[in-house]
Amino acid sequence: MASEADLKLHGEHGESLALREQFDTAHQQKDASTLGMWVFLITEVMFFGGMFAAYTIYRATYPTVFAIASTSLNVTVGAINTCVLLLSSFTMVMAVRAGQLGNRKLIVIFLILTLLFGITFLGVKAYEWTEKYNEHHMPGQVAFHLEGTPLQGPAKLFFSLYFAMTGLHALHMVVGVGILTWLIFETRKGQYSAEYFTPIDISGLYWHFVDVIWIFLFPLLYLIDRHLPK
Amino acid sequence: MTPHTSEHIDSVKTYALVLLALLGLTVLTTLVAFVDLGDFSVVVALVIAVTKMLLVALFFMHVRYSTKLTRLVILGGLMWLAILLLLTLSDFFTRNWIGVPGK
Repeated sequence: MASEADLKLHGEHGESLALREQFDTAHQQKDASTLGMWVFLITEVMFFGGMFAAYTIYRATYPTVFAIASTSLNVTVGAINTCVLLLSSFTMVMAVRAGQLGNRKLIVIFLILTLLFGITFLGVKAYEWTEKYNEHHMPGQVAFHLEGTPLQGPAKLFFSLYFAMTGLHALHMVVGVGILTWLIFETRKGQYSAEYFTPIDISGLYWHFVDVIWIFLFPLLYLIDRHLPK
Repeated sequence: MTPHTSEHIDSVKTYALVLLALLGLTVLTTLVAFVDLGDFSVVVALVIAVTKMLLVALFFMHVRYSTKLTRLVILGGLMWLAILLLLTLSDFFTRNWIGVPGK
């Protein structure tokens, strides 16, 4: 007696989502998916790596302006947001664990929690950007002005890098929020079980990767010049 | 519905401890940033960030249980990142070490 979900999972010709016909075993298919996701993540590492290189070079070129600009960022809000993102990674891995156990109800609960933490992060980020806009720290504003330095050009450079790096990170979060929403619907449809939850696993890798990028962005943008005398 | 035999399922306690470590390191890196360590501020910040990255990768991203091929690919990727950063920076920071004839 095959339910509709079972038919979707196992197909009509012996092929299933967990074991496509080009693979020998479900285990082999899972390994291939994981490997493929890591190859994609490495292209992402290189993508962000270029921006980290640019940031390092310009920070070394204009150390004093970058220090003034960096310390103008709101460190408390940044630290709290880092914690929010780490919490979302925890709930994400708990969703994957629920997948391993085949507990659909728990998967949905943890995916929703991850989604909420992700949206909170984006909301806080929007608040920070608004703050920058109101302080006239957004490059492109006619009234752009960073207090405490005559070098407004390099100051714009810092904030261009700040907006590019946090902006691209946030864009990855927005994509992640979309993926999570899709996963929640798919899980509710009964697509996933302990035999097959690869999309949740793979999306988890993506979500944690975005977390790792922020783990480096936070100290490099907000922290490393805090000790300098004002 | 038996779980896949080859799946390694970590305990909730393991994940909770990793989360606590990550949150603790975030507080630590924020507080230590205000202490004057001179040039070592960057070093300390990056050591803490790398530690956090390793925790996320090994536990949350399950690299502890991944296949040798996946690990090799990850290490290969990091090697490319090292080439990107080291060669770019070594070029940039050594440009004025020797004079360029005709410049």
